[in-house]
Amino acid sequence: MMMTDTSISLPHGASLRRDGALERLRLFGLSSPALLLVLVVLVIPVGWLFYVSFIGANGQFSLENYERMIARKSYTRIFITTFQVSFLTTGLCILIGYPLAYFMSQLPSRWASLALITVLVPFWTSLLVRTYAWLVLLQKQGLINQWAISLGVWDEPIKIVHNMTGTLIGMVHIMLPFLILPVYNAMKAIDHDYLKAASNLGASPRRAFWTVFFPLSAPGLLAGSLMVFILCLGFFVTPAVLGGGKVIMVSMKIVSNIELFVNWGAASALGVVLLALTVAILWVASRFINVANLSGGGR
Amino acid sequence: MLAWLKSPASETQVTHGQRLWLYLFAGLVMFLLVVPTLIVIPMSFSDSQYLEFPPETWSLRWYRNYFGSPEWMQATATSLKAAFLTMLVATPIGVVAAYGLHNCGVRFVQVTYLALITPMMVPVVLVAIGAFYVFVKLSLLYSLTGLVLAHSVLALPLVVIVTGSALKSYDMNQELAARSLGAPRWKAFLTITVPQIRFAIVTAALLAFLTSFDEVVVAMFISGGDNPTLTRNMFNALRDQIDPTIAAISTIMILVTSIMMALAQVFGRGGLEK
Repeated sequence: MMMTDTSISLPHGASLRRDGALERLRLFGLSSPALLLVLVVLVIPVGWLFYVSFIGANGQFSLENYERMIARKSYTRIFITTFQVSFLTTGLCILIGYPLAYFMSQLPSRWASLALITVLVPFWTSLLVRTYAWLVLLQKQGLINQWAISLGVWDEPIKIVHNMTGTLIGMVHIMLPFLILPVYNAMKAIDHDYLKAASNLGASPRRAFWTVFFPLSAPGLLAGSLMVFILCLGFFVTPAVLGGGKVIMVSMKIVSNIELFVNWGAASALGVVLLALTVAILWVASRFINVANLSGGGR
Repeated sequence: MLAWLKSPASETQVTHGQRLWLYLFAGLVMFLLVVPTLIVIPMSFSDSQYLEFPPETWSLRWYRNYFGSPEWMQATATSLKAAFLTMLVATPIGVVAAYGLHNCGVRFVQVTYLALITPMMVPVVLVAIGAFYVFVKLSLLYSLTGLVLAHSVLALPLVVIVTGSALKSYDMNQELAARSLGAPRWKAFLTITVPQIRFAIVTAALLAFLTSFDEVVVAMFISGGDNPTLTRNMFNALRDQIDPTIAAISTIMILVTSIMMALAQVFGRGGLEK
């Protein structure tokens, strides 16, 4: 890089450019170990699954794995359940998370960082531990039932876990930080003078919120909702533990296809569809937001 | 108090009184975010099979169960080893990649960056069964090496993102200054850049550790034999019945996470909050 020559004539310019290009290439090469890792542990295996999904029971090319998905009612139900859980979880996260993010964004900074800890603690805590905690709380002899009965909310233990309700409670609890963090960041970036201006021009508080504040926070909300929705689509642990076999999502069917039936074709086809759905959603979303920024800290 | 309720809370002159519902709602949500998980801690000290709260008689029974069981101890050792090695593999690879991509300005930087964060977008079940298949072929199934490789892929996006965003707010001219004074690039990187983004690197390393330590689905498929992870064993125990030993293990895991969080706060201020 060090050029001690006094004059830079044209040939020098060319060699400088070549040096620059080489340097850039070398820098790019620094990402090769990471790319190699992704290639070997992710791209090749997923590519192989893609291939297997088109191989029938007789070892020939066939679409039977995909046809089965369309033909069998049980598969239709699994896809419906998956979308149901994903939409409900995302919706509940928005309803609960948006007001909380709004509240936090209005706090003076010292209080805000304290409030932020209540979001980050669950974010860092093991998924399995949180799912287990809900299992313990929601079970028949669990704390929620005990308290509800002693307070007279309901008379005898009701079933709030090993079904859809329990799954949703657990999923919302686990997904909330993924929604709150991007929304909070978007809200923090909003210049509050806009609201003052709206107010000065005669907008009611409600109108100022909906026409000024909300649209400005929308990119964060979109990014957060998208993240939650995509994570929900492929979720496994929480529905497997809290759903008690009654809430069967795509990822659970993939696992049972392999663990129980050792049917790689069926499992791969389901996996390919799940991946295609995820990619399609991200692709549509990438026209509205920068997907590379989506990852506001995901796990 | 009354004066406070009537004082304006926002630029649009909404009073605190009018927003009381928001404060109550937010308080409730924050309570529900934190407390349900922490309630496992007192429960784990209960003597009863049914995990009462508050415990009628206190005991260390479930902790003795955990520490006395060779299976649980072995699984814990596997998990810790895997997490530590994942941290050692994913952090340098990810930091170097983020640095290279930040500086090289080649046309496909964006694409490469996306490729490096795909492990976060791909449903983890797919990673699990894909890795399972490939590791059978490479006879890495149930091996620590295989587990570390798979977990490193999952941790890589976090390292790249955290380091990448730190580099964005770092002035690369400082490195240029060192190099114009004769330092080779690697030396300028190690002595000028690394110390200044060390907070991000530490945060990234801790995240990599936790990614592996908490991971369930991949471990379910590719750990096993003599090397099952703690989470794999916990998940299997959860599917059968509610074993109170899990409460004791959960408490210990919360403790590990808290220590990590505290470390990140000390060394990596602003890492994740940004």
